[in-house]
Amino acid sequence: MAQFTLDVNGKTHRVDADPDMPLLYALKNDIGLNNPQFGCGLAQCGACTVHLDGQPIRSCITPVSSIGNAKVVTLSGLGTPEKPHPLQTAYVEEQVTQCGYCINGWIMTAAAFLRDKKNPTEAEIKTALEGLKCRCGTHMNILRAVKRAATMMG
Amino acid sequence: MTTHQKPQSLSRRAVLMGGGAVVVSVGAPISLNTVLGVRSAYAQGAKPPLVPEQLSSYIAVGSDGAVSAFFGKMDMGQGLYVSIGQIVAEELDVPFKAVTVFMADTRTSVNQGGASGSTGIQTGGRQMRVAAAEARRVLLDMAAEKLALPADQLTVADGVVHAKSDASKKASYAELIGGRYFNVQLDWNKQIGNALYAPGKAKPKDVKDYKIVGQPIKRSDIAPKVFCQEPFVTDVKVPGMVHARMIRPPVAGATPVSIDEGSIRNIPGARVVREGDFLAVVADKEWDAVKAHSALKVQWSDAKPPFPSQDALYDHIRKAPVRKAVDEKPVGNVTEAFKTAARVIEAEYEWPFQSHACMGPACAVVEIKDGRVTCHTGSQKPHFVRDGLARTLDVLPANVDGIWVVGPGSYGRNDADDCAHDAAVLAKLTGKPVRLQYTREQGTGWDPKGPASIHKARAALDASNKVVAYDFLSKGFSRIDVQTNGSRPEDTLAGHFRGAALKVNDNFGVPAESYLFDNKRTAWETIAQFLERGSPLRGAHLRDPVGPQIHFASESFMDEVAHAIGADPVEFRIRYLKDPRDIAVIKAAAEKAGWQTRISPQKQSGNTVSGRGIAYSQRNGTTCAIVAEVDVDRRSGKIWARKFTVAHDCGLIVNPDGLQHTIEGNIIQGISRTLWEEVKFDNKSVTSVDWLTYPILDITEAPQTIDCVYINRPDRPATGAGEPSIRPVAAAIANAVFDATGVRMRRVPFSPDRVKGALA
Repeated sequence: MAQFTLDVNGKTHRVDADPDMPLLYALKNDIGLNNPQFGCGLAQCGACTVHLDGQPIRSCITPVSSIGNAKVVTLSGLGTPEKPHPLQTAYVEEQVTQCGYCINGWIMTAAAFLRDKKNPTEAEIKTALEGLKCRCGTHMNILRAVKRAATMMG
Repeated sequence: MTTHQKPQSLSRRAVLMGGGAVVVSVGAPISLNTVLGVRSAYAQGAKPPLVPEQLSSYIAVGSDGAVSAFFGKMDMGQGLYVSIGQIVAEELDVPFKAVTVFMADTRTSVNQGGASGSTGIQTGGRQMRVAAAEARRVLLDMAAEKLALPADQLTVADGVVHAKSDASKKASYAELIGGRYFNVQLDWNKQIGNALYAPGKAKPKDVKDYKIVGQPIKRSDIAPKVFCQEPFVTDVKVPGMVHARMIRPPVAGATPVSIDEGSIRNIPGARVVREGDFLAVVADKEWDAVKAHSALKVQWSDAKPPFPSQDALYDHIRKAPVRKAVDEKPVGNVTEAFKTAARVIEAEYEWPFQSHACMGPACAVVEIKDGRVTCHTGSQKPHFVRDGLARTLDVLPANVDGIWVVGPGSYGRNDADDCAHDAAVLAKLTGKPVRLQYTREQGTGWDPKGPASIHKARAALDASNKVVAYDFLSKGFSRIDVQTNGSRPEDTLAGHFRGAALKVNDNFGVPAESYLFDNKRTAWETIAQFLERGSPLRGAHLRDPVGPQIHFASESFMDEVAHAIGADPVEFRIRYLKDPRDIAVIKAAAEKAGWQTRISPQKQSGNTVSGRGIAYSQRNGTTCAIVAEVDVDRRSGKIWARKFTVAHDCGLIVNPDGLQHTIEGNIIQGISRTLWEEVKFDNKSVTSVDWLTYPILDITEAPQTIDCVYINRPDRPATGAGEPSIRPVAAAIANAVFDATGVRMRRVPFSPDRVKGALA
């Protein structure tokens, strides 16, 4: 066990944990966030995706000891109902989700992508999101929402 | 807003209290005589029993006039609760936003079957409709008493009853019953589940008067998800709970012989929990439970590997003894007709085991406290889970609460029901609240599977190429090796590993279509599972149970026959169909897709070839036709299912917005199951254990377009949409691949290697 100080969504948290424990468990159990989610524990699906200094990472395989001073932002830190991220707005407008368990992967990955890439083509959007999983089959909605958000962020 | 509520915040009493507004008599039982004193035998303060024959089991009006609808089904993310809110608001003549739908919680609703067979609107909505209509009738009666006017001289607008002749003579629903319960007996048909029906005396509204039903209305539960305000079942926390992981055998059928508890001794708080062959680890912290799951050393019995090699699957099915055979609705004499055939067309099709492979493995939280069992579950049938936990724990169902909390996907009898039972056993054995989440490997490797099958089709043609006989036989594993809900321990892994007495359950199905052939036989045969207890290949309901496999075969075969006689696939189908709804969907899909009448395949050169294919099927009153357009990369064998045109007739459309999303989800999941999905196994166990070994459709392969033609039939009852449009997807793709390449794919999935092999 060791003590770690984590900067999550702009707040500082102290966590006592096994250094090998993935960040995901700290976020869910020690800090008590509803999201991200455990999907595979293998970095194959994206359900656990958070931003680490702005870059999407898979928190299910990222040891808590590797975070250091980096800033962690989760889906709930991306925006609020009062001040939503364009992707959150677009998700609601396009009625994207079915079960919604996968949304951390899509939104957090797309948020970093759209920040760095203005006016992407559909092919570029698809490539940026390659490998993320959605089992309910909301892919058409996801593409509509990311395109809508891209326009909002244009 | 019509919304569905998180169960954590809910009690029936809180609902009626209307957020702290003044309440009449709630909590203190009023004798019936007191109530009768004001003639309102219809309303009472004490909570009537939660039984199917009580109006209060479905509808309540809060002191602020807000309407609560208690629904014994759940929404799998297709916006069902919105449609239920529309139906209730319509019948009650209240604004849509005045209705809140409370779903799938044994504390608030009776057993309407949970999610099952796309019956959310078809049977669930039907019950909510008659309940709401009865509530309106009762409220009119109460207003008649209060206003001293005959009920037939009253009308309702926005939850206020007023005289037709004088709008100032009025009484609101809140004034009439707000904060008190209905106490009205319904005429219950004594069924529970999907078949539950309990109408009152009221006649529901005429469809022509609908103002809310039929409107496109969006879901309100998406914002709470994107802002992380909505807990999933994985987020439920109970004070004092421990975390658990199940230990499954490396060879299916093996049992634990000895356990080296020392192997996890250095993990804080980790311990073994065992009862017979039921084996788990628990720890105070989740990561410690995960580590203990990996670290625990178990010596397993030397079980004989139960499975054949993957390559031998279809031969096994062909040769296996038939356990049950059913010939459904035979027409004419197929055997005799085949003797007269000028030509016989034959083909055989194969469909693999498929996994629910939900986005996350199942999770359940169970607490046993002061004689009450509380289970938070992602199961789509929490009422049945309640009944099952009562049996597993040997307590009365009345002492168990089954609370549905949205889980990581729900497409049938997935791993959620097993997880609830495992967690309940662990809560009993540890004496603590238990949060159990399966591993990814268990989520894909150990969930109940959509069964593998083969399908033989034959058609007899006469000299003029008329189909004189059609013979279709499916043979496969039962779709109910474990039953479709968790109400019996013997249908769960916990039951299997704790030695519950097993029962054999056989069911499959036949094509749902209306082709008029003079002689026709559609039949099925089931075979025994490889391993009767604790099998990771046990058959169970996976979205549109056995529908995709059967109609992949039957609708591919219709194209094969059309090809054999040189007919256009659309023209061929219409030649043998008489049902106007079937013909309408086929024509609508073909027209919208710009279908060119011609014979398949088309001649093409080059590496990428394109094709179109059609398929149609029915499902419990709904009918659907799909035109698929595909591109096939001949070199790589990769198929891009580029465009779909779906014509869909589910009778009256309640919410066009929800319908569109529901159909799109069906199409995408259907493409995935057709092109990619196959449970792999070796002779010891299932080897599809993650997303690399069980690939699904990637977003880079999503279609360019899904066009829908909605055929609204207000003259017909609303039937299901949750599954009908996944049914014809595989055949539409197979027929399009044939049109593109001239090669007939008869085994799913059409993975690049397999397509490349077929084209070589």
